[in-house]
Amino acid sequence: MKKFESLIKFFLMMIALSSLSALLLITFFIFMEGLPILFKQGIFSFIGGLKWAPTKGSFGILPMIVGSFQVMFGSILFSVPLALLCAIYLAEFSSPLARNIIKPSIELLAGIPSVVYGFIGIQVIVPTIRILFDCSGFSVLGCSIVLGIMVLPTITSISFDSIMAVPITYRQGSIALGATKWQTVKMVVLPAARTGIIAAIILGMGRAIGETMAVIMIAGNSLIIPLSPLDPVRTLTSNIALEMGYASGDHRQALFATGVVLFIIIMGLNSMANYISRAMTRSK
Amino acid sequence: MLKFPLSIFCLLLLLLSGCDFSSKKNALSATHYKVILAGSTSIEPIAEKLAEHYMEHHPEYKIEVQGGGSSAGIQAAKMKAADIGMSSRALKKDEKIFWEHTIAYDAIVLIVNPVNPIPNLTLSQIQKIFSFQITKWSEIEKSLSGRITVITREEGSGTRGAFEDLIMHKTEISPRCLVQDSTGAVREIVSSDPNAIGYVSFGGLNNQVKGVCIEGIAPKMENMLTDNPLQKYKIIRPFLFLTSPEPSRESLKFIEFIQSSEGEKILQEEGLIPSYEKIRKSD
Repeated sequence: MKKFESLIKFFLMMIALSSLSALLLITFFIFMEGLPILFKQGIFSFIGGLKWAPTKGSFGILPMIVGSFQVMFGSILFSVPLALLCAIYLAEFSSPLARNIIKPSIELLAGIPSVVYGFIGIQVIVPTIRILFDCSGFSVLGCSIVLGIMVLPTITSISFDSIMAVPITYRQGSIALGATKWQTVKMVVLPAARTGIIAAIILGMGRAIGETMAVIMIAGNSLIIPLSPLDPVRTLTSNIALEMGYASGDHRQALFATGVVLFIIIMGLNSMANYISRAMTRSK
Repeated sequence: MLKFPLSIFCLLLLLLSGCDFSSKKNALSATHYKVILAGSTSIEPIAEKLAEHYMEHHPEYKIEVQGGGSSAGIQAAKMKAADIGMSSRALKKDEKIFWEHTIAYDAIVLIVNPVNPIPNLTLSQIQKIFSFQITKWSEIEKSLSGRITVITREEGSGTRGAFEDLIMHKTEISPRCLVQDSTGAVREIVSSDPNAIGYVSFGGLNNQVKGVCIEGIAPKMENMLTDNPLQKYKIIRPFLFLTSPEPSRESLKFIEFIQSSEGEKILQEEGLIPSYEKIRKSD
């Protein structure tokens, strides 16, 4: 029996390691394909270059890095107020019935394929922006709205969990001191859940910056640094997906190098979220 | 109850025997004929598709397609490094040492929204639009208004390559243009935005959008094939396959396949105009 147990343990460990090996393989291949061109072009001229014309030997991805961050912060601007207020309502104010309806519905948003979001964006949001602001409609603004909706479930449910994790005694103490429900939430519960909420926002950022399909459809993919929210934009992810089809040689390597940059950004965001949530559990 | 699994078993057996049989047949005729194509990156994806279809029916063939660009393809055919050189530009005088097979024509059509009344654009107007020296429709015709939404294709796309070769020449496409990665996406935007302009290959033209006349000549099939220089649609380039004057039997077979009705169907699916021309020697 003991032998069987250890066999199971070994088997499960191998399974766990195999998913880890997928990560290692992906990392290895992205870096192997992308690093040569990074060194050939010079890392700074690649990251800081303004001109992207890979078939003519210009590899500068600064407009896309800026674009990615603009779209990411834009989507956070749209989603955080919505998601946070929604999480507060669900955790503190809603009846169990409302919670049982609203929470699964928001989580359902996460299950909608991104191409569907892109389709809705191109059919509804892009034409609306075009008519309202007299521009092409393909813009940072449209992207931010659609991505904002896409990251709603991530931010809502993690914020909800961290608000729920605040011990009930905090609330009781506050109420006992004569605070109203809203005062309790504002002064006691939210500060106590702060780190969890920040982790939720960072994870949302990671999702927004990594999104590809929906962004390609509504960003316009121009190669400029957007100066207004109505300008079109190209993100790092859409650059890779747009040009993968026909790229060869240096062009292909430059796309992998774009992947390397994206990989590092997302790694940074995820470790930040991890660090913060670890700090949260330690403080408890 | 027993009948059902038994029938599946029989079916499996049949399938298995079928497999065995066909693989034996393959093994018998496994003498590989090899044909190497090299050249224009615009023709490369189409040649690959044609090769795939051809090899499906002729498993004894192995057709290799390489890129490198038209000039490299011409050079490769000259040096006999490739059996067939692929060129998406007409040959210069000193390059005319080959047999030329025009497998197809690739034409670029400028498209606008059907409500856009603009009848005609000149080449220099198009260059100015795509390099953002002209940004408003009123700069082209007084009666029009609105800014121009300019849509181009992504770097590396064959259609973009053709557009650059045939229209833009040395002028660069502005980075402010919107970029889409398929004919369908370009058409979709042009059909929904009344101010938009984009380009597709001739095969991508449909009634969602309006093909604009260029230098007074409409993008119609008869204007592409005519020899009359006054009516000839100029935004067109040949896709040439080049072989030595004594091509190998295998290369000729492959070219014959491309010029068969089956090959022409594939070319049309890719948005090209078949040349309707049988093998002939260049003059």
